[in-house]
Parts: sequence; C-alpha cells; structure tokens
Amino acid sequence: MPRINSYAELEAFRKQLQSQRDPNRICITLCSGSACHATGSGDVAKSIEAELKTQGLSGAVDFRRTGCHGFCEKGPIIVIHPEEICYFQIEPKDVPEIVSQTIKEKKVVERLLYTDPQTGEKIVHESEIPFYKYQERIVFGSNGSIDPKSIEDYLVIGGYSALAKALSSLKAEEVLVEIKKANLRGRGGGGFPAGRKWEGSRDAPENPKYVIVNADEGDPGAYMDRSLLEGNPHCVLEGLTLGAYAIGANEGYIYVRQEYPLAVENVHIAIRMSEELGLLGKNILGSGFDFTVKVHQGAGAFVCGESTALMTALEGRVGEPRPKYVRSNIKGLWGKPSVLNNVETWANVPLIINRGADWFTGIGTEKSKGTKIFSVVGKITNTGLVEVPMGMPLKDIIYKIGGGIPGGKKFKAVQTGGPSGGCIPESLLDLPVGFDELTQAGSMMGSGGMIVMDEDTCLVDVARYFIEFLTDESCGKCVPCREGLRQMLKILTRITTGEGQEGDLELLEDLAETAKEASLCALGTSAPNPFLSTVRYFRDEYVAHIRDKRCPALSCKKLIAFHIDPEKCSACGMCLRKCPVEAIDGGKKKIHIIDQQKCTQCGTCFEVCPERFAAVRKISGAPVPPPIPEEKRTITRKSKEI
Amino acid sequence: MDKERIDRIIDKYQAEPSYLIQVLLDIQAENHWLPKDALARVGERLKVPMTWIQHIATFYKAFSLVPKGRNKVHVCMGTACHVRGATRVLDTIQDLTGIKAGETDLDLKFSLQTVNCLGCCALGPVVEINGKTHGKMAPGKAADVLKNYE
Repeated sequence: MPRINSYAELEAFRKQLQSQRDPNRICITLCSGSACHATGSGDVAKSIEAELKTQGLSGAVDFRRTGCHGFCEKGPIIVIHPEEICYFQIEPKDVPEIVSQTIKEKKVVERLLYTDPQTGEKIVHESEIPFYKYQERIVFGSNGSIDPKSIEDYLVIGGYSALAKALSSLKAEEVLVEIKKANLRGRGGGGFPAGRKWEGSRDAPENPKYVIVNADEGDPGAYMDRSLLEGNPHCVLEGLTLGAYAIGANEGYIYVRQEYPLAVENVHIAIRMSEELGLLGKNILGSGFDFTVKVHQGAGAFVCGESTALMTALEGRVGEPRPKYVRSNIKGLWGKPSVLNNVETWANVPLIINRGADWFTGIGTEKSKGTKIFSVVGKITNTGLVEVPMGMPLKDIIYKIGGGIPGGKKFKAVQTGGPSGGCIPESLLDLPVGFDELTQAGSMMGSGGMIVMDEDTCLVDVARYFIEFLTDESCGKCVPCREGLRQMLKILTRITTGEGQEGDLELLEDLAETAKEASLCALGTSAPNPFLSTVRYFRDEYVAHIRDKRCPALSCKKLIAFHIDPEKCSACGMCLRKCPVEAIDGGKKKIHIIDQQKCTQCGTCFEVCPERFAAVRKISGAPVPPPIPEEKRTITRKSKEI
Repeated sequence: MDKERIDRIIDKYQAEPSYLIQVLLDIQAENHWLPKDALARVGERLKVPMTWIQHIATFYKAFSLVPKGRNKVHVCMGTACHVRGATRVLDTIQDLTGIKAGETDLDLKFSLQTVNCLGCCALGPVVEINGKTHGKMAPGKAADVLKNYE
C-alpha cells in the first residue's frame, strides 16, 4: 500500500476504494466474534468458502468475516447484502441451501430466519428484528459490516476522516474543546468527563505525555470492549490518535487482556496497517504530528483495570494501585501526564470530531450524553450486546430488546456495573440508564455489564459471589480491602450455608462502611456495593437465610433438599440413571426415593424429571418428608384405579 | 525449555525490563508453565532480581509455576454463568476429576481452573477444554464431556 502524505491524498485513496466497491454486488458477512466462534462460526466460514467454489461463485460473491453483531444468543449470524437478509444459528449443513437458494435463486430460506416469539412472524431484515430495532448503534454499528483485519473496509465507511479533519483544520485545543463540549464521560466505570481529564494532562508542564487505552475488561459478564476491539480496532486507534493530538502526546499504549487473543491479534494488524499507510508513525498525513502505539498484554489481574494499577503494570511491575494524591493525568505512567480511557470512550471520539459536539449532546440525558453499549446477559431471552441512547429505561432494555425472562419465570433484579455495581429491583425498572441515575439507585454504570436475574437467583448468594470475586482479586496492598472483604466473605458464606447468626447483617454493614471509606483504590471503595445494594432492596432474603435457615430462591445448596413426590413419580427412571452419585433408589414401577445422606444437591434429578411428571421438588426451611414405606412403593396402573 | 528459545523471546523485547510481564507471558504461552531455570535466565538478561520476578509470577493469574496437565479444563465462573448454575457444574467436575480448581492431578491428565468470563454468555454455563467451548453445561452433562479426554 502506498504511504498517504496529506489530507487530499487520503480522500483520493478513499474515493478510489469506494469506486471499486459495487453496492449491488452480493456480499455474505459472517459474524466471527469470539462468541460466534464458540458456537462454530469457524466451521461455517470454511463451508461457505468451499460451497461458493463448488457452485462456481467464488469470483462473483464477496465473503467477509466481520466482528460481533451483538445478537450472540442467535449466533453464528449471516447477513447477505445488499438485501440484508439475515440468517441465524447457522450450521455448516445449512450453507449449501443458502448458496443455492438465496445467492443463486434470490429466494429466502424461511427456516433460517428470525421468528418473532410474540407474533410468530418470520423477519427477513436485521433492522426489523426487535432486538436491533430499538437500539441506536452509532459506535457499534459498523462492527457487522467491516472486516476488522482490513483497513480498506474502515476507510470505505469514512474511517480516519475525523483524524484528517483534525490534523488539517483543527488546532489541538479545538479538538479538546469539542470533546469537552460534547461532555463525553468515561465509559469504563466512574463516568469522569474525558475532556477534563485530557485538559489536565494537556496543561501539565511535564513531558512526554502518554495516552492509554484501557482494554483490561475484567468484569465477568461484560464483553463489549472486547467486541469493539475485535470488530473495529481502527475506530479505537483513530480516537486514541485524536486524543494524543489534543493533549500533545506522541506515544500511546493499548493495555489488553491476554485472555482476548483475537482482540490482541486484530489490534496488532490494525497498527501495522495504519503505520504502512502513514496514519500512525512519523509525520501523520504530512501534518508534522508523530504518534506511535504499543500493545501491552495484561497477565490476568482484575485490579489492573484500575487506572494507577494499570499504569504500574505497563511499567512491567505488579499491578498494585497507587494513592491518587496527584491524579494520573498529571503524574501517571513513568510519573508523566497520562490520559487513560477505556475502549468505548476512545471509540466515541472520532464520531464527535466528525459530527460535532452538538450532534453528540443531542443524544442522551441532561448529564449523560451519547449512547452506551451494554452486555445483557444472565436469565434473559436475547443475550447479547446492545447499544442504546442514555436515558432509555431499564425496562425497555430488558423487555423490548432483551425479550424478557425465558421459561415463564419472574424477573427479580438486574445487576449493573460489574462486581463493584449493585442489584436493582423490579420496582425501579423505570429508571433511565445514566451515570448519575444508576449511582443514586445504589448501583453504577460501570463498563456496562447488565446481568438479569430471575426468581431462581438467590441475591444473598449473588452478593457472596461478587465479594468472593473481589476478595480473590484484591491486590492485598491496603488492609480495609484485603482483610475487610475476607471477613465479609466469611460471614456471607456462613449465611448461605445456614450458619448465619443474629447480628451478622449489622457486622457486615460495619465492615462495608469501613472498606468504602478507607480503601486505597476504587476496587476496595466500591467492593461492598453488591452487598449494600442487595441488603437495601432484599433484606428479607437475608433474614430468611439467617433466621429461618431458608433460601427463598431455592438456590443455596446447603439450605435446600430435593424430594420426589410419591404422588407424582411414575418410575420412569430418568433421575435414577442420571444421578451422578447414585443417591436415588428405584426400579421398574417402583416409586423413586432420594437418599438424603448421599445427595449432593447437584439438581440433576430436578432438571431431568420430565415436565409432564414434575415429581422432583426443592424444599427449603422445612423438613423433608420421610420416605414412604417399602410396601407402598409399587406403582399400580393409575388408569385401573379409577 | 532450552536457553535459546528463552533468549529468542527476550531478544524480541530487546531485554528491556519494562517488558518483563510480556516476556513471561510469551514463555508461559510456549511452555505452558514457568520453570525455575527459565526465570533465572530472564532475571539474568533483563537484570531484574528474582524476588521481583517471583512477585509478578505469583501475582498475575496467567502464570503457573508448576507443570500443567494434558487437558486444561476452564470452568467459567462469570456472573452470567454463575446465575445459570456454574457452581453446580464446577462441583460435579471437581468430584469427577478428584481435583479442586487450581490443581493438576498426579497423572497430569487434567488441570482444572476457574476463569472469570469467557465472553460467550449466551452459552452459559460454559466449560472450555483445550480451547474448545462446551456450552449450556449441566452437572449431568459433565461426565459425558470429560470422558472424551484422555
């Protein structure tokens, strides 16, 4: 590829690329993000390539492997352009039919379309599917149409035009002013205004300055940053370069988890291609501005998502946070001014420079502007990544886009903000999503994880789960976090195993208060949130565990027992065969009984018992009925009795 | 792991001490664990004390100071998997393999590890074995999946 030396050359190159693309040419795009990869998109890709060859279409049809489309529940996903016919849950065996029917004959394969669960209607186009219809995909939208390994694809959709605009016609401070005016707030956790952070670094006297991408997405159940970096790495690079230009940095880092191999690979490719084109490196677009980017892989430590810990890790040391007497935008990496923003924040920057702060502030609420990507997971019908304007009520995200709770179960709570966030109950579902709104409700925006929980989820156990996670991930530097969390975990474990005592809740509240007040970094100060928010909204569940030794959600293993209802058991033998510990006694026409001594409460019998019998039930807080006497265990044909 | 391979990795990063974590990650990726002589070589070339290397090797989750089993079983304990019953899956796998999370059996057949999120929440609970994802796991399915690994 030729090196591009000016704004005009870039535009000429873009025009040339665009003219080579025929909008009416058939293009098959296949989602190849990590989630779809896990459901077999690699095999589908192979069979598409093979099938196009056998049917003699190799030269006539484009095939593109794109990043994540977001609708992970239904992956792997194929979209056929220009008609935008959308097929879901594709297996290699479906490919010959797609090629012969849709590509050759222009016919839609009905059985592979999305079926609206409400109306039973088949939907052909992506944009008409409820999951996509209510979203506003300004950041995430290009993911499904470009090949992340191709810089041409990014240029064709207008990529690097924001950078060209800034370098050719905006002063560095004008870029900064635009970001400040847009009131772009950090998408990684705290929601700190990016513009103010940048300004601090810009005004700091020391040099050199650094810009850093935080792609150490550690929240379990959140993967939007990974999908962005995997699916559209150039938009993050472009944003980072703009940030560097604004604050006067010439070096940048991308700190990405080594658990995200595809993101690491795609970022490396993107950097190499940008360097070849002269969009990174020395004298970018002939402007005299130099900027290089290095990739640093994280070795697996949740605390490294914290800004100062991340910078320590970048220096090649153990990722322990530093006290922030002086903020890291003044004294950060190597003690120099460093701007750290997360992936999604950087990805918003080119959009703001291109379309202007006024456009950006037109989306969202008064204090939270733009859109936010959430990963909606857990007990939800449509698991996936959704991008919505700030201010959308939680209810709409969960029901309109997420499709509600599967299996006819009742909604119980939604957990936002990752391990440091909190649980929001049903009564607050009308809450519009925004940084301040979620904080007021005792949770937080975090990086955008949204874990939906139904009536079968025990909130005490959820609190214990998060505290366990944080205890494990606490770096151990400060006492309130290291010791406080450990004690909280001990007490919560006691409660969930039926050994809770009166006074435990008060003690937990005390410990939570101390950790919140006295911890060194945000990991510790926000760690008690999962407990505080659940005790705020679900105190009665805690009380049931402590006083009645009962788990209302029938989930805590030590507090439940499984019992086969002799009236309902038809001796089908399913549970008998499947029980991994041989705790079930039964036989042909003999009512099955669970040996409570042997039972490990794994729940297999409950899951395998055919729905028409539903003989296995969970009991909590009450004694298990004694097994029925041996002589009554033989089943006589029920039809004869009547 | 022979000295040449270690040196090649170190050279890739110009023996720069700030790349210590990256060097160790590369050794871990090639060798699956960090042998003592490899760490000594890294210390010598990067001019960092062994205590510093040990500090890093024990702090970050990606590193292992003991050999790993032939089959690496990763049980996802992410929140989405947790609310869908990952704990029960883990308990069953622990019972079946006889090892706890973080351990390797004496025959070096299985290494069992919990991970925080594999990012395929739609498939939860997820168990990944040698890079292959097994989705929608249940305690009853664990034995059937594990018996395919020798």
